[in-house]
Amino acid sequence: MNAIYILWLRELKRYIRSRTQIAASLGQPLLYLLALGFGLGPIFQKSGHGSYLQFIAPGVIAMTVLFTSIFSGVSLLWDRQFGFLKETLVAPVSRITIMIGRTLGGATVAMIQGVLVIVVCLIAGFRPVNLAAVPFAFVFMILIAIVFGALGTAIGSVLQDMQGFQLIMNFLVLPIFFLSGALFPLANLPKALGIVTSIDPLSYGVDGLRGSLIGLSHFGPAIDVAVLCILAAIFFGIGSFLFSRIQL
Amino acid sequence: MIRAQDLVKTFGEFTAVDSISFHVERGEIFAFLGPNGAGKTTTIKMLTTLLKPTSGRVELDGLNPAVQQNEARQRFGIVFQDPSLDSELTAYENMDLHGVLYHVPRKVRIERIERLLKLFELWERRKDRIKQFSGGMKRRLEIARGLLHTPKILFLDEPTLGLDPQSRNQLWTHVKNLNESEQVTVFLTTHYMDEADRVADRIAVIDHGRIVAQGSPAELKRQTESDSLEQAFLALTGSSIRDESAGSADQLRQFTKMWKR
Repeated sequence: MNAIYILWLRELKRYIRSRTQIAASLGQPLLYLLALGFGLGPIFQKSGHGSYLQFIAPGVIAMTVLFTSIFSGVSLLWDRQFGFLKETLVAPVSRITIMIGRTLGGATVAMIQGVLVIVVCLIAGFRPVNLAAVPFAFVFMILIAIVFGALGTAIGSVLQDMQGFQLIMNFLVLPIFFLSGALFPLANLPKALGIVTSIDPLSYGVDGLRGSLIGLSHFGPAIDVAVLCILAAIFFGIGSFLFSRIQL
Repeated sequence: MIRAQDLVKTFGEFTAVDSISFHVERGEIFAFLGPNGAGKTTTIKMLTTLLKPTSGRVELDGLNPAVQQNEARQRFGIVFQDPSLDSELTAYENMDLHGVLYHVPRKVRIERIERLLKLFELWERRKDRIKQFSGGMKRRLEIARGLLHTPKILFLDEPTLGLDPQSRNQLWTHVKNLNESEQVTVFLTTHYMDEADRVADRIAVIDHGRIVAQGSPAELKRQTESDSLEQAFLALTGSSIRDESAGSADQLRQFTKMWKR
């Protein structure tokens, strides 16, 4: 228990101390929000879907949580490189404990980033439709953070070097984001794209967030929660397994 | 305190450690010497639960580290060949984290961290982040950290690599003192023969995965009719150069260095 806490605290301290990183990581969501939100806004409005800023704000929040949590998982690679991983792996605590501490730490950091982006969205003019449903948005953020934090750990356990990291970024993280419906409605898509989006785990996170924040849901909140919970369990299982097999 | 019996480790076709046996007495400083790629680090990894032996037995303070993993880990401290501190955390935080991972009760932790940091002359810098530390300070901190949970055995894998003579001298003085004051058994590897000569009670020389000689520094010198341990070492292992291919960790390090510039 203490071990989980101290590893959680470590992730948090590392996050708080990297101020330039915090600032940099807020830049990207801001860009999406402003460039797309206001740039595509008029066309979106004309097609009869209402405000695009309102529409993509939940998507941008989901994106932030996705990126932060997956990177915190993959940061295993840095720990491996700078040697700290050895210190934890040779300690008399089980690998699963280490994995839980890391994942919870990463999830907490992702939540903080997500909340910061919510604030940015509010400043940009985003307004949640139903304040009573906002707490559910946090539930979805936590679920996204755990699903992708665990996925990140799984990947970080297998990867050996930085080249692999770039590969993951381009061929996994970006597709997950772009194919999730964060930027476009899931209704009336071409069939192939519709199938792909329904396989993308983030689709359910974005959908859940959109449901809680602007009352618009494609799959329905019950399915969103169910899918995310199941995936969280599966990815956590895979992540733990791969993490437990790391050899130095 | 440490006992290895017919220890073997093979990686595919390659035999890294080829049936070695040795034992280290309680309170002894034992040096494990050998050229690059001789099997030193592989042996340390097997002794410290990081690698399962292909065959043979290891005993640490009466425990089998392959089976009683956590109990065994609680009994030793280790300083790895490469740094293993979190550079974003302060010296104190690195110590504290270690203490929690090793189940050191809070009160004991606070006392012992202060004592060890003072002993290693790092107390004034306890609130500084590791990234501001010099190589010597990092090594001292790692040794202090390795001792935090009052282990019975301390493993030091080339602890003085890359340090200046002053830091090396100071480091061995500390190790020698701790060996006496805390009764801790020390198992070390090094490439500096003068260091082994100075601190070690007994030495084992390993080459091509086999132990080629064992004994006190004086005995090894006598056996090989050499004046210095360096000469004895060369007489035992030959003077040809061993090339080791870079491991993935080294390649990664090179790669990031390239990007930082």
